[in-house]
Amino acid sequence: MTMLSISPRRRREWMEWLSGYAFLAPSFIVLAVFTYFPVAYALGLSFFKWRIMSGAPTFFGLGNYQLLFTSDDFWQAIRNTVYFAVGSIPTGMAIALFVAILLNRPMRALPIYRTAYFLPTVTSMVAVSVVWMWIYHPDVGLMNYLLEQFHLAPIRWLNEPRSAMPALIILGIWRGLGYNIIIYLAGLQNIPEHLYEAAQIDGANRWQLFRHVTWPLLTPTSFLILIMAVINSFQAFTEFDVMTQGGPLGSTTVIVYYLYKQAFQQFNMGYGSALAIVLFLIILGLTLIQTKVLGPRVHYQ
Amino acid sequence: MLKKLESSLIHLLLILGAIVMVMPFAWMISTSLKSQNEVFSYPPVWIPPNPIWENYVRAWQAAPFARYFVNSVIIALAVTLGTLITSSFAAFAFARIRFPGRDALFAIYLSSMMIPHQMTIIPSFLVLKDFGDFSPALGLDTYFALIAPFIASAFGIFLLRQSFLTLPNELEDAAILDGCGKLGFLWRIVIPLSRPALATLALFTFMANWNSYLWPLIVTNSNTMRTVQIGLRYFVGQEGNQWGLLMAAAVFVTLPIVIVYLLVQRQFVQGIAVTGIKQ
Repeated sequence: MTMLSISPRRRREWMEWLSGYAFLAPSFIVLAVFTYFPVAYALGLSFFKWRIMSGAPTFFGLGNYQLLFTSDDFWQAIRNTVYFAVGSIPTGMAIALFVAILLNRPMRALPIYRTAYFLPTVTSMVAVSVVWMWIYHPDVGLMNYLLEQFHLAPIRWLNEPRSAMPALIILGIWRGLGYNIIIYLAGLQNIPEHLYEAAQIDGANRWQLFRHVTWPLLTPTSFLILIMAVINSFQAFTEFDVMTQGGPLGSTTVIVYYLYKQAFQQFNMGYGSALAIVLFLIILGLTLIQTKVLGPRVHYQ
Repeated sequence: MLKKLESSLIHLLLILGAIVMVMPFAWMISTSLKSQNEVFSYPPVWIPPNPIWENYVRAWQAAPFARYFVNSVIIALAVTLGTLITSSFAAFAFARIRFPGRDALFAIYLSSMMIPHQMTIIPSFLVLKDFGDFSPALGLDTYFALIAPFIASAFGIFLLRQSFLTLPNELEDAAILDGCGKLGFLWRIVIPLSRPALATLALFTFMANWNSYLWPLIVTNSNTMRTVQIGLRYFVGQEGNQWGLLMAAAVFVTLPIVIVYLLVQRQFVQGIAVTGIKQ
């Protein structure tokens, strides 16, 4: 077959292929430059020592990783992040489920409730952090005023290492509720009526209905929420930068904040890259563990 | 009778919960209207007797908020528009064009969604720094730096592809008969029929970009380039304990999104419920 004897059909096929690649080109270029290339670059950079201000990168092998795993600051960051996750996720999910159940009935006021519960989720995290800083003010803040109403001692919230993270956990729960409520509500509405009816005919009471119909059929939803909540809590940053800058005494330095400090305040690019890789592996690992351990326990209809 | 009681109890609980959710915002507004003395009065006063509306003017003038807003709007709009365009093209290619390697490429695109931002920010920062050496308009602290990395979205492509796949093949056959090319088919038929998916993508992209924090924090340096979120953050450092001003600023930073949200609530909530997107 010579160039001159390409059939029109063949040519049309090539034109189709060409158009396919052409349509993909813009997005591919952007993804290549800002996602794929950076991933490879980060991996490579993690094996180098490079403080931007002081000259060129020098090869460091696994040095960054060694430094990382023997660094007290790193382990504190991990502990802080786990503390944040464990504090905010189970409580948040339980409250969200409770509210979703309450909302799962015909009611005209649903849009109003939905707006109220969802407002904390859509608003600017910076603005939210600012108002909560004010709420947590040790002398005139709303939180301590509330504690006083219950005859409890005031807490110095963001100013004390012991109370700073709990303060942020409360904020995290408040912020994430609306989103989880929506997802749970959708899950609840997917449960077919006839299953409830059948159970009620068998004489099941409210609690039994929940335990044997609602909860099992909600496990896919719960699973989804849990996975996303873990990923999100390990990537939390904004509130930690605005409200406490990782303090006091590093008690609110979460992993991403630690990465930010290392890479963009101290400009340790190599070390920062190693941190980023480790963070990615942690999140990946956690997701896989959850899938392996909890996956089989999820009921599908 | 028991049903009525139960219904009342449920509404009571829901209302209490709603109050807890909304209270910080009410407190934000309340504090924004107080003088510096009133701010520190204890016990807290909810409705200041003489609302100090000047706080809003003073806050607005204390930092270049006008510029911050302009920046945020330009960037969010550019990213949204760019994402819609590149995602439509790519989604169309994946859904309705046949070419070798299509499925493999789609898998590659999908995998990019799994990469956390933190892994790409350091290298992207360095890449833009290098671009900057080549041409200042493309470097750090520019609109380009704030817009370019987000013009493509694997998530958007995924979403639109799902939507495009649901269109019947007969439409394409009819388009071919009418002599319409691939581009014409996309522009005149597929896109108008996919308005809900496009609207959802546009909404989420805009809001996510408006609220984005870490990247603008890293990439902007000068006051003229900061977005509203970063501007507010530095305003906090600047104003110390001028809580009235800080709250006023927080209010006008929050307001636009709240308004947008109220207008498109239904769309937004449906979008989340259906796709599980999170900002």
